[in-house]
Amino acid sequence: MLLFAPISFLDELLRGFFSPETIQHVVWPLIQIGLIVTLVAGWVAYATYLERKISAFMQARLGPMRVGPWGLLQPIADGIKLLTKEDFVPEKADRWIFFVAPYIAVAAAFIVLAVIPFGPDWAVVTDVNIGLLFVLAVSSVGVLALILAGWSSNSKYALLGALRSSAQMVSYEVAMGLSLIGALMFARTLSLSGMVNAQASDSVWFLIYQPLGFLIFLVSGIAENNRAPFDLPEAESELVAGFHTEYSGFRWSLFFMAEYAAMVVVSAVAVTVYLGGWYFPFVYQLTEAKGYHNLYVIVSLLVFLIKLGAILYLYFWLRWTLPRFRYDQLMDIGWKWLIPSALINIAMSALSIFAIQAVDGWRGIETIESLSNGLNLTTTGKIMMVVMGLISLGVTGLLLARINWRSRDFNLKSQRRNIRLVNLPQGKPAVAPVGEI
Amino acid sequence: MHQVEIATTQDTLLDSPEMVLNMGPQHPSTHGVLRVILKLDGETVIDLDCDIGYLHRGMEKIAENRMYTMIAPYWDRLDYIAAVSNGLVWVETVEQMMGLAVPPRAHYIRTILTELNRIASHLLWLATHALDIGAVTVLLWALREREEILKIFERQFGARLTCHAWRVGGMPNDAYDDFESDVRQFTGNFPKRLDEYETVLSENRIWLSRTVGIGVISGEDAVAIGLSGPALRGSGVAWDIRKARPYAAYADMEFDIPLGENGDTYDRYLVRLEEMRQSRRIIDQAMDKLPDGPVNAKLPKIVKPPVGDYYHSIEGPKGEIGCYLVSDGTAQPWRVRVRPPSLINLQALKQLCLGHLVADVVAIIGTLDIVLGEIDR
Repeated sequence: MLLFAPISFLDELLRGFFSPETIQHVVWPLIQIGLIVTLVAGWVAYATYLERKISAFMQARLGPMRVGPWGLLQPIADGIKLLTKEDFVPEKADRWIFFVAPYIAVAAAFIVLAVIPFGPDWAVVTDVNIGLLFVLAVSSVGVLALILAGWSSNSKYALLGALRSSAQMVSYEVAMGLSLIGALMFARTLSLSGMVNAQASDSVWFLIYQPLGFLIFLVSGIAENNRAPFDLPEAESELVAGFHTEYSGFRWSLFFMAEYAAMVVVSAVAVTVYLGGWYFPFVYQLTEAKGYHNLYVIVSLLVFLIKLGAILYLYFWLRWTLPRFRYDQLMDIGWKWLIPSALINIAMSALSIFAIQAVDGWRGIETIESLSNGLNLTTTGKIMMVVMGLISLGVTGLLLARINWRSRDFNLKSQRRNIRLVNLPQGKPAVAPVGEI
Repeated sequence: MHQVEIATTQDTLLDSPEMVLNMGPQHPSTHGVLRVILKLDGETVIDLDCDIGYLHRGMEKIAENRMYTMIAPYWDRLDYIAAVSNGLVWVETVEQMMGLAVPPRAHYIRTILTELNRIASHLLWLATHALDIGAVTVLLWALREREEILKIFERQFGARLTCHAWRVGGMPNDAYDDFESDVRQFTGNFPKRLDEYETVLSENRIWLSRTVGIGVISGEDAVAIGLSGPALRGSGVAWDIRKARPYAAYADMEFDIPLGENGDTYDRYLVRLEEMRQSRRIIDQAMDKLPDGPVNAKLPKIVKPPVGDYYHSIEGPKGEIGCYLVSDGTAQPWRVRVRPPSLINLQALKQLCLGHLVADVVAIIGTLDIVLGEIDR
């Protein structure tokens, strides 16, 4: 029981100083919060390293190699550099707002981590019964930081970046919220731990029932985080650095931390809602039965982190592969594609739940009725759900194609022309009229 | 150059005056020190003006005070991405004015190396153009191929970027020992790599939506503005100086001219990619036919073209690089004038950009393939 030892030891140690209530409600949460903030901050530092290494791998080069073995100390060197840089404020900037904006960004990104179930039991800081709503509400505060930063910088590039980001984040928030409703109808709870339990009790990932919802959530999540190919607010080649053009040193690094922490948040929500969270098959049989409670928690935690890593890798992969959208195209995707398909997804999910309840009710089985029972789907029900998920993908595709049929961006391949190859005669110094050759 | 008018009156509270945005001279994607003054309504460009001259070095004036053979290294600094082509237009102008017969081997090696330079220039264009539109990985892939060419240049000329490639009357020295195997190795690998870039970009939805129908210019307008090079051929005008007035060894080469149809950014992209393939074809042919013999003509001690004026132009990677030379019979030119393709191509910027968004301005500057060293001279 080695894994159990340190925690009980810590518990006994704390009992010498505090009352049990204080330990339960103040000390342990503080320890958990400290741990998560440190870990995520550490992740942010090493995510930059990972991103540089992964991009280097894709671009046929080595990436950071000089600081430490394989450049492993590069993030630390970068951190020291950023902290010791001058904290420059433009002369006509709105100083207070300029100072406060980065803190809002970081706070909005980190607070959400409180409700994410990284694992079962003590790996959750707090399990709020409105968890999902809390995530959506708090992460949307992040847009405020961007607007304030862009506005207060007194720079046109920053202002344009802020305007773009506010429009982008507000529109994609809608699609993001709507896409989660399908999964919500299955789980019958807003609590994120409840989501995981609903999936665990039925040994299934909601990804299988909600392929469309997952796609919409992922796309709008990437857009929400301002990551490529939706990185318009900071589009380097157009707006220099967008809303943080005028920031330097520590405050700039805060924005950077906020971006990566927000990535962790969105990926964590995607993992929790669609990929079964910390749940993996045989977890109960393997660990809990033998009483290895902490082993069970730690293995679950690792499973969660692996799934998280997979989604974060997807982020990097997309960023280094795709070109950037233009502002109007971005809005088109948000309003003409994602939001309608999210609405279709809701309708189709409701329809499938209704159909299954009707079929199973006829056979006398209660399905998706209460939280305590989990989904309690029969095999036919499961198959029906998967089929309905696939059908909703097809239906959405058809409907969207019909809606967007006339738009310029819809059928680009038919618009593209191939070039002609002409073998000109030599020594004819006259411009051939257009289209004659 | 007209001034951008700024609306200063604000009638009502909800009135939205235009914003004037200074893009450059320090900006990541104006390809140097170009300053573009944009008048924006939201993000739509309603007026535009270019401010150039930040890199003016007085090349043409300097040339008036140098001997004919001393001017060539300055020419490398015009379009520093295509130094070999720039050098060629200068030495050929002087040679043709003097009536020098350059040995055929020199002509062939010149053809090979200028075509390599065309590929290098187009690769750098592809890299930066893709970067402007946000595809970062293509940048490093294209630079990887360009590196191979620069290695050949380094071994041949001793320099990678501003290689003082030619001398009046031929070449400073013959091709180095492994020249043929190096070039063959490059041309062997190159088409595969080019196809690789096409898989990332040509069929990519985002790439298509960013380039198809953006910055359209008709063939008539392109001719009226005086566009040349791929920017002109993208609009479907069949004009290539390598065919119209063959120089170096181009008369012996078999190659096709790619022509676009719509005259948009995507067509210019395709035209440049195809040009790289054709360049490779030319290099392979020239390599097969490479004659033996000397690489230098016999020159007088001091190069003195006869009294008169002469214009010669070649098809550079960016368009027609011309050189107008007036000689008064002394050892220094009386007047030199360059026809820089980038400067003239840049004149189309306003027409191409009006009505598009800021993001498209960046893409259009990229598609015109300008080099500020040549614009400002």
